[in-house]
Amino acid sequence: MNETITIAAENIIEINPMYLFRWEEPQQAHVLLYPEGIVKVNETGAEILKLCNGIKTVTEIISELNDKYSTDVTDSVNKFLEVAHAKGWIRSKS
Amino acid sequence: MPKDGSEVSLDGLGIPMWLTLEMTYRCPLHCPWCSNPLDFDKFKNELSTDDWKRVLREGRAMGALQLGFTGGEPMLRDDIEELVAYSTELGYYANLITSGIGLTPERLKAMKDGGLKQIQLSLQSSDRDITNKLVGADVYDQKLSVAHEIKRQGFPMVLNVPICKQNIGQTRDILELAEELGVEYIEFANIQYYNWALLNRAEFLPTREEIEDAEVAVKETRERLGKKMEIYFVIPDYFDERPKACMNGWGAIHLTIGPDGAALPCQEARIIKGFEFPSVLDHSLDWIWNESPVFNAFRGEEWMKEPCRSCDEKEKDHGGCRCQALLLTGDAANTDPVCSKSPFHDLIKSSVAETTNEHRVERPLVYRRKGAITTDFLETTE
Repeated sequence: MNETITIAAENIIEINPMYLFRWEEPQQAHVLLYPEGIVKVNETGAEILKLCNGIKTVTEIISELNDKYSTDVTDSVNKFLEVAHAKGWIRSKS
Repeated sequence: MPKDGSEVSLDGLGIPMWLTLEMTYRCPLHCPWCSNPLDFDKFKNELSTDDWKRVLREGRAMGALQLGFTGGEPMLRDDIEELVAYSTELGYYANLITSGIGLTPERLKAMKDGGLKQIQLSLQSSDRDITNKLVGADVYDQKLSVAHEIKRQGFPMVLNVPICKQNIGQTRDILELAEELGVEYIEFANIQYYNWALLNRAEFLPTREEIEDAEVAVKETRERLGKKMEIYFVIPDYFDERPKACMNGWGAIHLTIGPDGAALPCQEARIIKGFEFPSVLDHSLDWIWNESPVFNAFRGEEWMKEPCRSCDEKEKDHGGCRCQALLLTGDAANTDPVCSKSPFHDLIKSSVAETTNEHRVERPLVYRRKGAITTDFLETTE
């Protein structure tokens, strides 16, 4: 398991393979499923997690979201990624 | 089942997000804390594979997400592999809750292929003799070899350790064993005192000091291992001032189906007398969840008595556990006696006081076996 505490801009991010991330029609929400747990993810969180696909770096994720929302979302995306990483939802691809 | 300390979305929007299937009450072990009914041997007519598939379809249509295959020992059914694969097709996150007995490498592989997401394996001690003695069967070596095979096949694994007086002193050793096995999660599950466990409560309940020592071991291991292994450890509700928010509320997010098809708001609910638990053989899951009197009995706050009714914490813990209220106070609508505001709280305090009574007379454990106790007082008919 990944041991690093922070995520660097050049890291490629992926969803922790133990987690399942998907849209749930009955809940009308994105959910993260993991051993014996469920987390409902809000809309902005889901937009970020969708880009954590094991291909994009943190820099690429942020730049794509900056374009999409036509505003600078760097700080909030970084913050979300840090929290998601601390909770074990995502990890840096080695 | 969701664990104390695990992350649960509390707002299920009225959807039974959590579906637990008790595939059978048969089990090769004889654990004296078993949550199955005292008259488990009367439940001989188990649902067929097709019945279970219908339950899975109806549950998924209602939005159920997390799925637990449990028992008894679910591996005693020969259709688990088929049902796991079917549940994956439907979109469930499938968990297997097992003693490990009967879990061969071939069956594991079949379930891996069928999309099984994780396995919760029970282990009672890091000591062979204590384990075998506690479960009433010679299974320690087999459990360890199954644990290694589960990891070899790449499943995430939760090691579930029922905590009692007999093993709480080994917390450090058990944590080391878990680390060696490479499990992702270890849960020190405080024994919940219903059914078989309640019969043996005086023998199982640890002292507050023993719990605090175990907490130190957990804290030190957490600091040492960081994110490598998640450790769940919550003190038993008997040592708390407020009750647990049991099942996140009655009929809120949980739906359990027994081997006979009875739909239950939790795995212990059968003990509540006067309820006719609707069967999936007679009703749709939708009707059971939304319309049946049983599932509506303790929803919301209308049913609450004092001190819950006027308590400003009622939304937090929903009055605690209905089964515990019934078993200890005789009325399922009473406040869970764990709460210090309950007029019956002395019942809990005296049980805890008994743990440090040096003149307490030790009694042999009552193992889960047919005929171990008379169950004539139960009304089960089949």
